[in-house]
Amino acid sequence: MHKIILIIKREYLTRVRKKSFLVMTILGPLLMAAIVVVPVYMATRGNELKTVAVIDQTGIFFEKFKDTDNIKFHYLLSDLGSAKTNFRQSGDYALLFIPKTEVSIPTNAILYAESNVSMNVKSYIKNVMTKQVEDMKLEAKLKDLQTDKKNPLNVEDILRSVKTIVDVNTIKITDEGKEEKSYTEISMVLGTFSGILIYFFIFMFGSQVMRGVIEEKTNRIIEVIISSVKPFELMMGKIIGVGLVGLTQFLLWVVLTFGIVTVITSTFAGKGQHKQSIEQSMMQNASKYNPDNLAQTDAPSVKEKQDEGVNEIFEALNTVNFPVMIGAFVFFFLFGYLMYGSLFAAIGGAVDSEADTQQFMLPITVPLILSIVMMQYFIQDPSGQIAFWFSIFPLTSPVAMMIRIPFGIPYWQVALSMALLILTFLGTTWMAAKIYRTGILMYGKKVSYKELWKWLRY
Amino acid sequence: MELFSALNVSKQFSGHKALDKVNISIPEGSIFGLLGPNGAGKTTFIRIINQIIAPDEGQLFYNGRELKPNDIYNIGYLPEERGLYKKMTVGEQAMYLAQLKGLSKQEAHKRLIHWFEKFEMKSWWNKKVEELSKGMQQKVQFLITIIHEPKLLIFDEPFSGFDPINASMLKDEIIAQKEKGATIIFSTHNMASVEELCDHISLINNARVVLDGPVRDIKKTFKTNTFEIAYNNYLGKLETILPSAFSIIKEWDDHDLRKASVQIPAEANPNQLISSLLPNVALHSFSELVPNMNDIFIRVVTEKKPEPILQ
Repeated sequence: MHKIILIIKREYLTRVRKKSFLVMTILGPLLMAAIVVVPVYMATRGNELKTVAVIDQTGIFFEKFKDTDNIKFHYLLSDLGSAKTNFRQSGDYALLFIPKTEVSIPTNAILYAESNVSMNVKSYIKNVMTKQVEDMKLEAKLKDLQTDKKNPLNVEDILRSVKTIVDVNTIKITDEGKEEKSYTEISMVLGTFSGILIYFFIFMFGSQVMRGVIEEKTNRIIEVIISSVKPFELMMGKIIGVGLVGLTQFLLWVVLTFGIVTVITSTFAGKGQHKQSIEQSMMQNASKYNPDNLAQTDAPSVKEKQDEGVNEIFEALNTVNFPVMIGAFVFFFLFGYLMYGSLFAAIGGAVDSEADTQQFMLPITVPLILSIVMMQYFIQDPSGQIAFWFSIFPLTSPVAMMIRIPFGIPYWQVALSMALLILTFLGTTWMAAKIYRTGILMYGKKVSYKELWKWLRY
Repeated sequence: MELFSALNVSKQFSGHKALDKVNISIPEGSIFGLLGPNGAGKTTFIRIINQIIAPDEGQLFYNGRELKPNDIYNIGYLPEERGLYKKMTVGEQAMYLAQLKGLSKQEAHKRLIHWFEKFEMKSWWNKKVEELSKGMQQKVQFLITIIHEPKLLIFDEPFSGFDPINASMLKDEIIAQKEKGATIIFSTHNMASVEELCDHISLINNARVVLDGPVRDIKKTFKTNTFEIAYNNYLGKLETILPSAFSIIKEWDDHDLRKASVQIPAEANPNQLISSLLPNVALHSFSELVPNMNDIFIRVVTEKKPEPILQ
């Protein structure tokens, strides 16, 4: 045990002290942001049939939502309360509620769903509603023009007045029947981000393990070391040491990112407070002798539109369960890495130089790359069949599960995925130890799959 | 008293036997030559001693009892294929490897400083290994091998890569280790150094021990009772003055001397050779031709059937 700690220490310190580690720690968060932005906007389509129940209190949108290839609409006449309580039994994908408005044209809707609503459903609803409202506005405008002939026809004016922004908020109905506002976009960004991050970490640190093993072999120090420690201790020491480097990097990234976020938040919040305090003091001055008015100073109407946009992002960020996200990330990174790390170590042990690794790398990298390639399908449909199976299969689950988790998935799936991952990790480590132990003592021999199989049974 | 012995040790690798019922015992305090052609099984045997691999069958004894995992702390091993981490500093690396051999941090540091001073290597401590010459790296490796003062030292081709000056320094250090009480296993193809250093040898060929014993005894066994003589002032034929049972193997001129090698029957006395020569020639030198290890090695290895094991 003492020796494995010595090995871990060496592996850790030699890597953390490298300049490249420092550079990655600083560049990482910036790089990641760039990688995340592109695929988020690429994902637009979902492909499973989804039924959306509609409660339209305004009556304006009746029969206006046309079924598409993968979205089916049906209208409910019941009230919102009972629809919500029946929602779980109905098998519907989402429940669209358009509340009645007293005077103005409706531009608000709420989507209730069990998990986050996919982007295309949301945008389809938004488009239909926008078009409908704009049509109505245009019709009214034209009627006005007909009755009031004095005003000259100004197309630009009309178009501007017709332009409508429809707001569709999504609210998640959780198992306990609780409701929470959910933000698909945030889940998408988070899912993509953590999926890519975990892929990147497994690849980067897994191949570091492999290179480390090859280095020891080509350096010929391996024989000196294994005359003092067991090959398994050396292998595990290396895998754990490199894994700790990865974890350190990740935690530094988290701290760095939160640092940046906090700085930005406090800057914006500071401005807002400043504004508010000015307004407040003005109000206080105005209503010095009327304390009742004070209660109204916090009304949202005093806030500026710009502030609202920023606040919405922070509000959205607040809905993310960061402890769960980070906890899941650490788990899936750790075990995904341990599983892949042992496979990478086995490859390193079996070959003589990095040039020889190609044939063995392929079967290991294919599942990893596949889970990244399939990422957009997971995002479009986080609770679909493809996403489910990819997030259960251990070789793809670290990436796939991290993409799905921000969208909210049943706990049993996470538990199953975790259990399978741990089991697979134990299996691959056992296998890798056998290949490694034989491989590190072989120099100058081209190894084939047949040979590896022999070592396994050896 | 033996420090280490192997009893009927066999090891098989997929398809071929690397060691076949090998019996070797290494006397305490000796320098033991482990000889054999390439691929004979020497490295496998050394790895088995180091517990890097386990034998398929047979027993291993250390100091009279069965070999235990902890005995690796009593063994220092300098492999033939050796190297260091290129990017690590010399001092850090030496500390790491010394601690892996069971030394505490303080003890490792104390001993390393002592040796670095002795070998005039102090200025290397903070240098990266890749900045050192090959010879310097070999020195570091040697030092790491002996740093934990093991009772059993295993050197596999220790002189390869050393220049003559460093090689002789290394040789002196190996002898010094022996004098301190260490037992040394010495594996090499350099028969001159075997002759110079080894007390005992084992020769492995095709996975089996084919020759084993003290160097002096082995040489005695391979003696052919052949003597080399140098003489002059005689123009006749040498065979006319020698007893008929004696045979002349070779005759040649060496500057102004005539030389010959003569084999006498096993029961004959070398004095008979001298007394038959003295009346006729001016004898300048007389010496017994003892086979050197190189000859013995070649003879044993190239012989089709292995010699019976000599104990």
